[in-house]
Amino acid sequence: MAMLEVKNLGIKFGGLHAVEDFNLELEKGALYGLIGPNGAGKTTIFNLLTGVYKPTSGQFFLDGKELTGKKPADINKAGIARTFQNIRLFSNLTVFDNVKVGLHNQIKYSTTAAVFRLPAYFKSERLMNEKAHELLKVFELDDSADTLASNLPYGKQRKLEIARAIATNPKLLLLDEPAAGMNPNETKELMDTIKFIRDKFQLTILVIEHDMNLVSGICENITVLNFGTELAKGKTEEVLKNPEVIKAYLGK
Amino acid sequence: MSEKSAKSPLLKKKAALRPVTKKNLVTYLMVIVFFALFQTLSATGNLKFAYKSLLVPICTSVIMAVSLNLVVGVLGELSLGHAGFMCVGAYVGSFFSVLTEDIITVTWIRFTLAFIFAAVAASIAGVIIGVPVLRLKGDYLAIVTLAFGEIIKSLVNVLYIGKDSNGFHIAMDSAKLNMELDGMVIVKGPQGINGTPKDSTFFIGFILVMLTIFIVTNIMDSRTGRAIMSVRDNRIAAESVGINITKYKLIVFTISAAIAGCAGVLYSHNLTTLSANTNNFGYNMSIMILVYVVLGGLGNIRGSVIAAAVLYSLPELLRGFSKYRMLIYAIVLIVMMIVNNGSYFVKLKEKYSYKFYKKINSKKNGKEAV
Repeated sequence: MAMLEVKNLGIKFGGLHAVEDFNLELEKGALYGLIGPNGAGKTTIFNLLTGVYKPTSGQFFLDGKELTGKKPADINKAGIARTFQNIRLFSNLTVFDNVKVGLHNQIKYSTTAAVFRLPAYFKSERLMNEKAHELLKVFELDDSADTLASNLPYGKQRKLEIARAIATNPKLLLLDEPAAGMNPNETKELMDTIKFIRDKFQLTILVIEHDMNLVSGICENITVLNFGTELAKGKTEEVLKNPEVIKAYLGK
Repeated sequence: MSEKSAKSPLLKKKAALRPVTKKNLVTYLMVIVFFALFQTLSATGNLKFAYKSLLVPICTSVIMAVSLNLVVGVLGELSLGHAGFMCVGAYVGSFFSVLTEDIITVTWIRFTLAFIFAAVAASIAGVIIGVPVLRLKGDYLAIVTLAFGEIIKSLVNVLYIGKDSNGFHIAMDSAKLNMELDGMVIVKGPQGINGTPKDSTFFIGFILVMLTIFIVTNIMDSRTGRAIMSVRDNRIAAESVGINITKYKLIVFTISAAIAGCAGVLYSHNLTTLSANTNNFGYNMSIMILVYVVLGGLGNIRGSVIAAAVLYSLPELLRGFSKYRMLIYAIVLIVMMIVNNGSYFVKLKEKYSYKFYKKINSKKNGKEAV
C-alpha cells in the first residue's frame, strides 16, 4: 500500500473549483514534484494536505490512516510537515529556539515541570538542545544558532524552515517552492540537501517548484496541474516532453 | 542520530549560564535590592508615611503588570479585563479572611489559604472568559475582555452575601437576604466588604513579586513558553509544527488570571474597606496596567517591573507640584515612550547589555565566551 494516498481531493471556494479530483499515490522514500503555472492550485493542495483548508470532496490517507478534515496540529502529529512559500518563521525567536519549537511534540515535559524546574525539565531540555544542535549542523546553521530568525539572510531562512519541519519527525515533508529567490549555486546546494535529508531522515518528499533544473534534477515523478486539474502525470523526463505541458506551462 | 556526543562549542555555551538565566538573575537582584533598601528605610523611620503606604500597592501593580505581560507580550493578545481577575481574587480573598478570622487564628495560615482560594477562583474566571474568547482575535478579543472586566465589577456591586445559623444567604438585593437575627452580612453590595484583616505587608508583597517573576520567566524559558511565543509570532506556522493553539492560549489566560487574583488578595488585605469602582477594578485600572506593560516593553519582564513601580509611585512623588501633577505625569509618559523606542537609546541598551553579558561570560568560563 502506498504511504500517502490521495483520492479525488477537491475544494470549492464559492463557485470556483480551486482543486478538482486530485489523485496521488506516494511510496515511502519517493521524491515527487508538483508543477504548474501560477494559480494552478499547487499551494492549495498543500493547504488541504496539512489541514489549513478542509476539502469539500475526496479523502487522503497517510499509512492507511485517514487524515481528511483533521486539524493542522493533529496532521503534523500524524506525520506530515511542511514549509511555506512565503517564509513563516518565528521571527522573534532565535534560530535555535525555532528548531526547539519544532521538537515540541518529540520531547515533552509538563508546564509544572517547567515552572518548578523539576528534573524532567533539565533532562528534556538537554535532549532538546542536543537534537536541535544536530539538526542545525545538518543545515550548516549552527553558527547562527543565537541569531534572531528574522535577522537571517534569505537562503538560511529557507533552510531553517526545512530544519524546523524535520524537527517534528515527519514521514512526509511538503516543500513549497524551496528554491524561490535562490541563485543557481544555492539551488544546486539545495538539491543536494534535499536528497541528503531524504536519505538521512528516511523521508518521503513532495515538492512544489518553478525551477525546472531542480525538478528535473531531483524528482523521479511529477504531476502537472493547470486550473486546478491534473494535466499530466508520470516520469519527469517524459512529462516534461509532453506537448500539452509545454503549451500550458513550459513554453518554447 | 546521536553518534557524536563530543561537546561542540555551542552546546558548551548552552551548558554554561545562558543569557536568559542571567537576564532573570539581574531582575531578581533588582527586586531584592529595592526591597532591602525600602525595608531598611521604613524600619529605621526614614520613610514618610505617605511613601510607606505606597510600598504594598507598588507590589500589587508590579504583579499585575508582569502577569498581564504574559498575555499581551508573550502570547500577543490584547486583554483589557485584567483588573476583573484582580477583583475576583480580592473579593474571594477578603470574604474568606473575614469569614475565618475567628476560626483560623494563625495569620499566615489564613492568609496563605486566602491566596490559594483567590488564585483558584480567579483561574476559574480565567477559564470561563478564556473559552469563548479563544475563538476571537485582536480587537474583538480586546472588546470582550473589556466587557468581562466591567461585568465582574458590576456583579460584585450588587452582590450580597450573609451568614447566619442557617448557613449562607446570597442575594442581589439586601432586602432579599432573609437573615436570622444572629446573622452577619459579609459582602454588602456597593459598600463591599468591611473589616478585612490588614495582613498585607511589604515583605509579603515582595515574596509575591519574586514568585510572580519566577513563575512567568520560568514559563517563558521552557517548552510551554516557546509554544506560546510561536503562536504569537506565527499562528499558522505554529499549527503546522503540531502546536495546539487553544491549549496554550487557555494555559496563559488561566495562569495570568490566577496571578492577578493573588494581586487582588494583596490589595484587599491592605485596606479596611473593599469596594469595586472604576479606579480599582474597572477599565481605568486595566488600562493603567496595560500602560505599564507597553511602556516597560512587550514581553520584557524586567521592563514591566520597573515601569509599574515607577509609574505607580510617580503621582504620589509629584504631589509637590499640586495641580500640575497630572500634567507632568502625562509628559513623563510621553517622554518615556519616545526615549524607550528611540534608536539612540535602543542602541545604547543593546551595547550596554551586550558588554554586561560578555563580562559575566568571560568571568565564568575564561576566554572562550562570545
